[in-house]
Amino acid sequence: MLSFIVRRLLIAIPTLLAIITVCFFLMRVAPGGPFDAEAPVPPEILANMRAAYNLDKPLVQQYADYMLNLARGDFGPSFKYKDFTVTELIGQGFPVSAQNGLAALVLAVLIGVPLGIFAALKQNTAADYTVMGFAMTGIVVPSFVMAPVLILIFAIGLKGTPFQLPAGTWEGGAFEHRILPVFCLSLVYIAYLARITRASMIEALRQNYVRTARAKGLPFRTVVVRHALKTALIPVVTFLGPGIAFMLTGSMVIETIFQLPGVGRYFVQGALNRDYTLVMGVTILSASLIITMNIIVDVLYGLLDPRVRYE
Amino acid sequence: MNSGSSLNLSSPHGAALTAAEDIQGRSLWQDAWRRLLANRAALVSLVILVIVGFACFALPHFLPWTYEQIDWDRMEATPPSIETGHYLGTDTLGRDLLARALFGGRVSLTVGLLATFVALVIGVTVGTIAGFVGGRVDQALMRFVDFMYTVPLTFFVIILMVLFGRNFILMFLAIGCIEWLTMARIVRGQTLTLKNKEFIEAARAVGGSTAAIIIRHIVPNVLGVVIVYVTLTIPQVILIESFLSFLGLGIQEPMTSWGMLINEGAAEMESTPRALLVPAGLMTLTLFCFNFLGDGLRDALDPKDR
Amino acid sequence: MAILDIRNLTVSFATPDGAVSAVNDVSLSLQKGECLGIVGESGSGKSQTFMAAMGLLATNGTARGEILFDGKNLIGADEGTLNTVRGNRMGMIFQDPMTSLTPHMKIGRQLGEVMIRHRGASISQAREQALAMLKRVQVPEAERRLDMYPHELSGGLRQRVMIAMALMCSPEAIIADEPTTALDVTVQAQILDILRDVKERLNTAVVLITHDLGVIAGLADRVAVMYAGRIVEVGDVRGIFADPQHPYTKGLLACTPRLDDACGGLMTTISGQPPNLQRLPAGCAFHPRCGYASERCSAERPALEQTAPTRAKACFANLKAA
Repeated sequence: MLSFIVRRLLIAIPTLLAIITVCFFLMRVAPGGPFDAEAPVPPEILANMRAAYNLDKPLVQQYADYMLNLARGDFGPSFKYKDFTVTELIGQGFPVSAQNGLAALVLAVLIGVPLGIFAALKQNTAADYTVMGFAMTGIVVPSFVMAPVLILIFAIGLKGTPFQLPAGTWEGGAFEHRILPVFCLSLVYIAYLARITRASMIEALRQNYVRTARAKGLPFRTVVVRHALKTALIPVVTFLGPGIAFMLTGSMVIETIFQLPGVGRYFVQGALNRDYTLVMGVTILSASLIITMNIIVDVLYGLLDPRVRYE
Repeated sequence: MNSGSSLNLSSPHGAALTAAEDIQGRSLWQDAWRRLLANRAALVSLVILVIVGFACFALPHFLPWTYEQIDWDRMEATPPSIETGHYLGTDTLGRDLLARALFGGRVSLTVGLLATFVALVIGVTVGTIAGFVGGRVDQALMRFVDFMYTVPLTFFVIILMVLFGRNFILMFLAIGCIEWLTMARIVRGQTLTLKNKEFIEAARAVGGSTAAIIIRHIVPNVLGVVIVYVTLTIPQVILIESFLSFLGLGIQEPMTSWGMLINEGAAEMESTPRALLVPAGLMTLTLFCFNFLGDGLRDALDPKDR
Repeated sequence: MAILDIRNLTVSFATPDGAVSAVNDVSLSLQKGECLGIVGESGSGKSQTFMAAMGLLATNGTARGEILFDGKNLIGADEGTLNTVRGNRMGMIFQDPMTSLTPHMKIGRQLGEVMIRHRGASISQAREQALAMLKRVQVPEAERRLDMYPHELSGGLRQRVMIAMALMCSPEAIIADEPTTALDVTVQAQILDILRDVKERLNTAVVLITHDLGVIAGLADRVAVMYAGRIVEVGDVRGIFADPQHPYTKGLLACTPRLDDACGGLMTTISGQPPNLQRLPAGCAFHPRCGYASERCSAERPALEQTAPTRAKACFANLKAA
């Protein structure tokens, strides 16, 4: 298994390099630059600014410099937030995003998976339809609709009641200020997890070996937990792998709406301002997380199903 | 589900083969159609989608106000009224909400359909070729798909949109280019199971070229799965488009789409919740219907789940 | 004395196209220590009869009638009552050993949990018993197999594990549903030998469900032949083989290749298709395929009537006379 992980990591490196390279040249080749948005400046000042960020050097040189710095963990200076390096910005934003993402993840797994199992066991009853109706709503109503509506209800509608919740403020991450964004973030994952778990549990319960377990006179709960659940969790793990990566890097929509100082919001700001280095930094972070999670998922498959061989 | 076609082995002539297959195919589709009609949620969804589509594409021509026209008499958000012609009221700039929601829907639906079409073409081409040709071609194509799965594609779309000036055509091309991956995988899987079926071997035995076999025998037989997946891709694309436009990274003024309208509505929801709820409601309804229709089609075309 | 007594059992399934009856008014009894063979084509209701007895019908299935296990009716019994019988006093062996064992659990644990559940055994006791059972069903290197996963065993070994699992609590009856169908011919013979050994040495009653009369011949004491959800003929195994009284049984026998075949190796088949349970023909369900059918057969359904102390048939025709 160890050699499997090492081999996967070795494959991951060229993948990541390819992503970085494509990303880098795309941004440099495109017309326009990071200083377009600012008030017109005299050409010599613009030249100075370009020189300060090494934008006047040949493209290949810029690329080589960037990669060398990257190898040292230096993502370069931000074009927009001029006093900060991208490393610093990510260092500030990532903990915020990751904490919220983790909280939302725990919430989603704790609610979504049991809901899915429940619906599967009650297949085609009113309870099942209700759960699946909620799940469908969670999937179909996007977070940029859900979030304003929740703000409308909890921050505006319930103003003055004990149920009022703050929105659009962070206050250093006080618990109250996290409730709405974390809940919003977890909703769609709860919905997906419930749907996926239900489908895979129904499939698992249909397996011959579940019938065997029942024929052995085991209580139904034991049959479900001991014989069906592990198989049923495989699609859940498949979904959660990249899902976790996305959750940890922060939701662009949620962080923008609730004005949280996370990586997702930095990315949106960076994109709007053509802050090349910031955008690249976040993209690289996200890609590395996705790749790591996919490796973890592959390892987990082996734990859930002994037939899987690490090749 | 098309295994019935293998019955035609006794007639090794291409024409007879296709004719017989058509008979089989028709009854399969009729069967699916019958099952779809029996599924009330899917049927209602289909009707609503037709109505929404008609409303978005035709109705704006018959409204008293266009989506960008400003009613200078009503610069404040006005409530719905028949007399003023603002059947759902106006936003704070005095623009007609209904006209805007419908026009936004036209843009969102158009992006959804076009991007899905792009994804469909790429996905089916890659999937059938990988599955049918097999060997190195298959390996190379699937490795590429695997690689693409590890790329944070939304980020790339955003980068592209920002760099090349948020235009409409780039938008659906870019989204289409990231949505084809799953389609390719599904189609490849189907093709692999079809490939060894007798009727394909028969077609090959009578000297059909690879391209001809793919077009005449593989593609028609993966159509069922593809239709289901297309129905489920359209709402996903609409979501991506709206998400980008919501963040200000998608469609640009004066054009508008559901995502932009929701963004505008959210900004003034404290005073005029209508401005948020009208486009959000219309979009949500559409997405619901696509999903129910997709689920219904899946049940109809692949009844093993019942 | 009957350990399992099925009386007027009817099993039906709710489908989108309406209810389908898989088993109609079937009455059967399994005596202690005997082997009862159940023969029929797929869809004849032979498996569903005993799935109902085990409480393992699919969720859209309902059973009516009585299934008395040691005098207690299992139909309508709650899950808890059923679980005191299943795996404990009545075990079941399924057709497909490749998919009937839980893939992510080691063999020893899958065997042992039966003992832990029904006998309150400790983990080490359960393991001991599992080892003993594996040895009894002649699994080579039994000790080592306990810590293997199902996918590491061959089909024949897996089926032995299934048998061992059914036998863990020394049940009074085991139901073997096509236990050899998915296996190679040589392995089939070994599995049948094990079943014979179980029946003779442990005095366990065995229900052997199969479509293959050859399997039954060497093992069963009595045979029931099912067609379209009904029993068409019952009798002692000798009588059935020597003197089939129902045309369907006769047809089945003609389909079975025999070493002492006098007809020069020409195998006959029963013409026509197995019946569609949703659209059963009127009268005797077999009449469209029957060479002895008269007009009466398409109008009236023959009842199962006793023809000899140990024999019964559901047919109007007299095969001897014909």
